[in-house]
Amino acid sequence: MILVLVEPGELSLEALTFARGLGGPVEAVGFNEVPDGLGAYGVSRVHVVGLAEYAPGAWAQSIVALVRELAPEAVVAAGSDRGQEVLAHVAVRLDAPMAANCVAAQPGEPWLVTRQRWGGSLLEEARLHGLVKLLTVAPHGVVAEPAAQGAEAAVVEVAPDLNDDDFRVMVSRREEPAAGTVQLGDARVVVGGGRGVGSAEGFAALEELAALLGGAVGGSRVVTNLGWRPHSDQIGQTGARIAPDLYIACGVSGAIQHMVGCKSAKRILAINKDPQAPIVARADYAVIGDLAEILPALVAELKRT
Amino acid sequence: MDVLVCVKRVPETGARILLTADGREIDTSYLGFTISPHEECAVEEALRLVEAHGGSTTVLTLGPAAAAEQLRNALAMGIGAGILLETDGEEFDPAATAAAIVDVVRERGFDLLLFGNEAADSGDYQVPVRVAATLGLPCVTGIKGIEIEGGLAVARREAAGGWEVFDVPLPAVISVKEGINLPRFPSLPGRLRAKKAELETHAPQQQAPGLEKVRLVVPVEEPNTVEILGNGPEAAPRVVEVLRELGVVS
Repeated sequence: MILVLVEPGELSLEALTFARGLGGPVEAVGFNEVPDGLGAYGVSRVHVVGLAEYAPGAWAQSIVALVRELAPEAVVAAGSDRGQEVLAHVAVRLDAPMAANCVAAQPGEPWLVTRQRWGGSLLEEARLHGLVKLLTVAPHGVVAEPAAQGAEAAVVEVAPDLNDDDFRVMVSRREEPAAGTVQLGDARVVVGGGRGVGSAEGFAALEELAALLGGAVGGSRVVTNLGWRPHSDQIGQTGARIAPDLYIACGVSGAIQHMVGCKSAKRILAINKDPQAPIVARADYAVIGDLAEILPALVAELKRT
Repeated sequence: MDVLVCVKRVPETGARILLTADGREIDTSYLGFTISPHEECAVEEALRLVEAHGGSTTVLTLGPAAAAEQLRNALAMGIGAGILLETDGEEFDPAATAAAIVDVVRERGFDLLLFGNEAADSGDYQVPVRVAATLGLPCVTGIKGIEIEGGLAVARREAAGGWEVFDVPLPAVISVKEGINLPRFPSLPGRLRAKKAELETHAPQQQAPGLEKVRLVVPVEEPNTVEILGNGPEAAPRVVEVLRELGVVS
């Protein structure tokens, strides 16, 4: 049996799809908010732990208790902030190795795994040892697909033994995002800017285009390092990984560290003055020319039609 | 407060990654070396915290003798002391890396151990958690804001566009992400001091890896054909047509 840590969102559905491909039955463990419809992804049983707030140690200890009770062959989590963090805590509690950001795995003894390095611009083939195999799944490294034959998943409430130490680190408060903002990671359309935008003010045209398309604005590392955009807008290896239907890359050269952040976009439209820029060769569509002329023309055309 | 910051020497990869003949390493013959952007920010954060609250800063790395360069770069930015855990160049897996760090820092009484969220090359996401667990310290990862209030580190992490805030009792282990600050450049006096600084050196023991690298593979890039929609503003009508075909405008 493969036990999968599920959180709300697409990445956990990718992790379930990955886990199903390993052969055995799949069960899930979730905390606080457990997404509906897991049965469609091949989950036979969902173990629900009712904890009021995120505490990495408590989540990990709950998973360790389930591992001891259910003896799964492997525990799989999404390569999200929480997935990586919680599975690392599980690893140290079980004294087991962990393979982060896997894209493929072949059970056996040891397991053979293929995992991403350098944000996905390089792959590593490795042997994963340990009594229970611990893997996280590279974000967007697998396409989420429902099982051929889904069924209703049984829900089991569990209350593992936890002590004060498990809650030493816990979310003590949250600050919610401003209402109505479109998150980069969830946006269907992302308009991204690079050095070619020229200035912080230059992003006004990108904002306008994004607003017309119901999308979000992002930028390359150059742009966030220059302070033209906040770091939270960065697309790339040290920023956000995006997977929109369309990524419009404006004045972005297409460095390897940027491409690993946007390669999961279904389509890329590059607007660039240099037809030789690496982004152009990797895009589906390109417009060659001056951003300062093209963006206003595009906005006008969208408003007109 | 006494702050330790851990960094890792990695090659500065260009537009294409080339591998050595045996496929086990990146061919670095023509590459420079650096540390990950997350770690540059960890170094900067250590300096800022000690400037604000007093205390000492130490930088540590595990790597080949040449990794002294990355320690000296951190010293040039203002870090006080450097520790090199010198290997023969063979990679340590996350558990072995954590064990080597713990061996050296155990009795030193650091108030805060800072790491980057993940190393730029191996991206294992585990060393800080493993170090913290072995030392019995609290740990929080992926942090983009730290304030010290009494014996607490108030640490902020981005979550779904907002923030989640952790009050972590010190001593603690925290891994940070790029964006927590903008790292400073080394000063000229800093560089001179760093050049002459004595580095503390240890030789850690390698253990049998639990995650055992077999080889590296450069992913095959799928052949791509780009459709040029036009040149300059005249391309706008064609672009809107394509946006319509893609269903992103009605």
